[in-house]
Amino acid sequence: MIPAEFDYFRADSVDAAVAALAEHGDDAKILAGGHSLLPMMRLRLAYPEVLVDVGRVEEMTGVREDGDHLVIGAATTHHEVVTNQLVRAHCGVLSHVTETVGDPQVRHRGTFGGGLAHGDSAGDLPAAVLALDATMVIAGSSGRRDVAAADFFVDYLETAVADDEVLVEVRVPKLDDSWSWNYQKFNRVAQAWAIVGALALVKSNGSISDARVGLTHMGVVPLRASATEAALQGNGADAIADAAASAGDDTSPPSDLNADADFRRHLATVLTRRALDAAVNG
Amino acid sequence: MTAIDNATAPNVGRSRLRKEDARLVTGRTNFTDDIRLPGMLHMAVVRSPMAHAKVTNVDLSGALDMPGVVAAFSGADLADDAGAVPCVWPVTEDMVEPEHKALAIDEVAHVGDGVAVVLATSRALAVDAAERVHVDYDPLPAVVDMKSAIADGAQLAHTSLDTNVSYEWPLVTGDPEEVFGNADIVIEREFINQRLVPSAMEPRSVVASPMGVSDEFTLWSSTQIPHIVRVLMAMTVGISEAKLRVIAPDVGGGFGSKLQFYSEEVLAVVVAQRLGRPVKWTPGRSEDIQSTHHGRDQVQRISLAMDADGRFRGLKVDLLADMGAYLQIITPGTPLLGAFMYSGIYKLDCYDFRCRGVFTNKTPTDAYRGAGRPEATYAIERIVDEAAHELGMDPMELRQRNWIRHDEFPYDMIAGLTYDSGNYEAATARAMELFDYEGRRAEQRERRDGDDAKQLGIGISTFTEMCGLAPSRVLGSLRYAAGGWEHAQIRILPTGKAEVITGTSPHGQGHVTAWSQIASDALGIPFEDIEVRHGDTSVAPRGLDTYGSRSLVVGGYAVHEASLKVVEKARRIAAHLLEADENDLEFTGGVFHVAGAPEQSKSMQEIAWATFSPHDAPDGMEPSLDSDAAIDPENFSYPHGTHLALVEVDTETGRVELLDYVSVDDVGKVVNPQIVEGQVHGGLAQGIAQALYEGAVYDDAGNLNTGSFVDYYVPGAPDLPTFRTDRTETPATTNPMGVKGVGEAGAIASTPAIMNAVIDALRPMGVNEVLMPASPRNVWTAMQQARQAGSADDHDVQEADGRAADAADDGGGAANAGEAQHAGGHAGSTEGGDA
Amino acid sequence: MEISINVDGSTHTADVEPRTLLVHHLREHVGLTGVNVGCDTSNCGACTVHLDGQSVKSCTVLAVQADGREVTTIHGMATDEADESTWHPLQTAFHEQHGLQCGYCTPGMIMAAADLLKDNPDPTEEEIRDGLEGNLCRCTGYVNIVRAVQQASGQAVDNPTAEEVSA
Repeated sequence: MIPAEFDYFRADSVDAAVAALAEHGDDAKILAGGHSLLPMMRLRLAYPEVLVDVGRVEEMTGVREDGDHLVIGAATTHHEVVTNQLVRAHCGVLSHVTETVGDPQVRHRGTFGGGLAHGDSAGDLPAAVLALDATMVIAGSSGRRDVAAADFFVDYLETAVADDEVLVEVRVPKLDDSWSWNYQKFNRVAQAWAIVGALALVKSNGSISDARVGLTHMGVVPLRASATEAALQGNGADAIADAAASAGDDTSPPSDLNADADFRRHLATVLTRRALDAAVNG
Repeated sequence: MTAIDNATAPNVGRSRLRKEDARLVTGRTNFTDDIRLPGMLHMAVVRSPMAHAKVTNVDLSGALDMPGVVAAFSGADLADDAGAVPCVWPVTEDMVEPEHKALAIDEVAHVGDGVAVVLATSRALAVDAAERVHVDYDPLPAVVDMKSAIADGAQLAHTSLDTNVSYEWPLVTGDPEEVFGNADIVIEREFINQRLVPSAMEPRSVVASPMGVSDEFTLWSSTQIPHIVRVLMAMTVGISEAKLRVIAPDVGGGFGSKLQFYSEEVLAVVVAQRLGRPVKWTPGRSEDIQSTHHGRDQVQRISLAMDADGRFRGLKVDLLADMGAYLQIITPGTPLLGAFMYSGIYKLDCYDFRCRGVFTNKTPTDAYRGAGRPEATYAIERIVDEAAHELGMDPMELRQRNWIRHDEFPYDMIAGLTYDSGNYEAATARAMELFDYEGRRAEQRERRDGDDAKQLGIGISTFTEMCGLAPSRVLGSLRYAAGGWEHAQIRILPTGKAEVITGTSPHGQGHVTAWSQIASDALGIPFEDIEVRHGDTSVAPRGLDTYGSRSLVVGGYAVHEASLKVVEKARRIAAHLLEADENDLEFTGGVFHVAGAPEQSKSMQEIAWATFSPHDAPDGMEPSLDSDAAIDPENFSYPHGTHLALVEVDTETGRVELLDYVSVDDVGKVVNPQIVEGQVHGGLAQGIAQALYEGAVYDDAGNLNTGSFVDYYVPGAPDLPTFRTDRTETPATTNPMGVKGVGEAGAIASTPAIMNAVIDALRPMGVNEVLMPASPRNVWTAMQQARQAGSADDHDVQEADGRAADAADDGGGAANAGEAQHAGGHAGSTEGGDA
Repeated sequence: MEISINVDGSTHTADVEPRTLLVHHLREHVGLTGVNVGCDTSNCGACTVHLDGQSVKSCTVLAVQADGREVTTIHGMATDEADESTWHPLQTAFHEQHGLQCGYCTPGMIMAAADLLKDNPDPTEEEIRDGLEGNLCRCTGYVNIVRAVQQASGQAVDNPTAEEVSA
């Protein structure tokens, strides 16, 4: 109900945040929207001794253009990602997926970076950035480094962000009009986490020239349904059903109260097919 | 909408807007956790993380060293002051009951069983300190499955007992052996009515405080039963009842979960007495889920004997009811509240009921919206659908063939109750019309012919229930310790306002408004001039509180009767003042006037003042209009209804969507239609949630896996449709207002309507059972098992020679998919609960 | 840590532990007990308030995160709580459509609904239900809550049991 005691430091810049992390080591955690961290602390599943609040770091908040990419600050709220004109114009799939996260109140506080850095493969955003081949920009004492989405998610609740680092922003490629998308989020009640989610991101001009299928909650990290993607390459909408049948290949979905691994694999094929149908056929 | 002239129309029957709302919509509320008293300490409870263990040591020293900590106590420390937490319904003479102390001493029997308390100056410090209490546990095997628990050589849920069976309670009428032996058809099913977490939006909360320098004591509690708590507290901790004031302030929902006498109430009182300071306990939701009693949790073996043409002859019910680890106040009796209702609305020649209460190492169960009757209604409405399927008959037609006809009331039911009135034909006709039953069946056929991935299912539930708890003599015959009366006092103030002091204890049901309506009409005093007081034993000392859809039927009746007594007294005074004969006076609109001479009149306001200043009063009459009424009902009340559900089942994913829900309920005469409709809506939401979303799941080690709202799926607004409701009105014959109860009706009817709909959608696939909740997983599992079993009509039907095929030996037979699902599927939980 | 928050129009300064949740700060330090706590996993929404004009779950915000910000609670929705004519249209609508029973979820529900209507002044039933997905109610089954939001948004409401009272 009430977290254990901790010290609080409000960073006014990325450098200040990095310095605070360097000072406190693994006793410190980054706080942005707090909608992944605070719930764990309230149930006393996490006991950070220091919270470094980056919620007001200007550099980390907001969306800007950088050539053929959008750069989304890690402390940008979900609500901002959903409504932001640049995102809607150039990477609408992110608005579409983010709209399914939590509920309106959660989206007003939870952040894009927070949803990624928490490293929960049951979250919706990891599959999205994976499908987009986005790049994460991470800052630490020795400067900044880029990590591709495919390398960012390491294990359940573990990402490439080290204890003394902070995710600063995410670079997502702009999508032109030939791209379409659909996210099928399968959950029990409206607020609930995805049991399985399938994101179809397709570039087509009659035939499919590029297909990305991101899978939520099909492993300890977000996954791409690569067999499905390969089977769609160069083909039309009639290839979707067969391609989707392999969506569960090479996945290691968990078994839990909502579904066992086999059922998840089955759901992945159905949801992938439906996501692709909706994306391609509108 | 109808236009009403406020000044002259009677209040009863109108959707008067609630007096309760002004404070609630502006946040000027007083829920228990809002209470702050000088010097108040916060109590944290240290709870067992194990389902079953010996407690070998409780070390409080770490906690006592923490800042802000004033005291800490183990179970042993408090053993003498805090007596046993009682069960008030020993259902049989030889009922086995484990000792239930407010804090466990030697043995913990469920995850969440309290072992120590810590008192600190703030809630945060109390939680910090509770983490520092060190308890040594010696694990014992956990009993989590009822069937295993009753088997020979089973592990024991309590080492102090030599059995896991608390009691066996039979009820047999007619000649079941003869009927079942000779029946054309016997069908047998096993149903699992899964454990639920009631989840009122306000977690429980308690504040206990000595008051001033006297030895008086006040207990505020988020409770449905302040009067009963007062009596039980006096008996449990030895405080004089006369010195104890119990207050239910604003209470944020109960649904039966706050019809309870809880350890934390006892602990708060005992500790506050010891320390001489106020003590508050407010848990977080997760702790509340562990420590507040759960609902339902039965394994039901049901057999229906019938003629070849579908006429029902007999019913057998064999229940295993999960008590949980302890018997709380009515834990053993809750399933028995349904014992009389398994026959539903149908005529039968015999009835054979048996219930065994079984201990497990889980949170205790007790009343939850419907308390025994939803379980009964579920069983009969499901097996009637199974019977229809066996016979190849429309399920509504089969019900019509067997229900009590309107002209047959009052009707003596086979299980022993007499239903006073009802009109199943009228409610059903209206429901079928609203629902467009024929049209929906046509749509269903179309989709079946087209082999649509999304199939439609239509589910029926024609229910009745017994409520308006309760005739005391019946409670006595069932060995329930308390009675079922209700009390009201009307006090007329000098300026003509009225105070209605009720023994009911509302927590959202709108009694202040409804009792104002009743009293206003009877007294002729304006609605706005009526003040209703409740929930505080110093203000409303007599009552038996609110549960079991009793408040209007018994409590409202008492308000009505007390009002009539006031009017009788007023008439006498008016006659005296008008120098007329009482019989020559007419009373309308709150005014007595001489018949034929309307200008000779006295208003209630004038009479009130004349009573306060009785300068001219009738001889021998007490100078008071105030009147009491205590009502002990002569029978239960029997609301009924017909509910129809339309679901869409996605056969590729197992997801069920509720497309439409129609309910036509008959709750007799209605005081406030909008309040009644609200009660129906709320009940529907909970009953539907049991069918589609909720289920408390324990693993093999007795851990509660659905321990928070992350995993326990209480539906939100997008998860439910707008219900379409209507009413028929067949007055009750057992009270002058003709009212029946409504609080639980929606929850009782809806669960089987939904499940019948889901199974209806999947019958062509050979599915005849789906475990509750009908989660995608459970639906998918049912479909898979039906596919594997192959034959679409492999079912459990009695052969002509009268021997029923043994369902347990039927392997993966589709007809008993429920059992097969349980055996093959999710580890551990007999409940079949699936989040 | 010393923080200063504008709550319902008044600035409130206090020294708080960093771990103090905004909901507890409002309830215990500012004295606004109409903001309720219904769960510990950010699901129920009973604690919903507005933070700089946006609905948030105050149980999942640290008081220190609200430092220097504006908070609106249920207590700030009516000009004069005791005078019905000054209530926010949602308060009136919840009352008239019987959109509450026990009242525990109501402050949070009203705050969430107010945010919904700010972004979408003329919502469909589906949009209302989706917009309130962050708020649980156990009493009403949501039907009358939807009706209340429809009324507050100026839409006609289909409610056969409500009555229209003249004079």
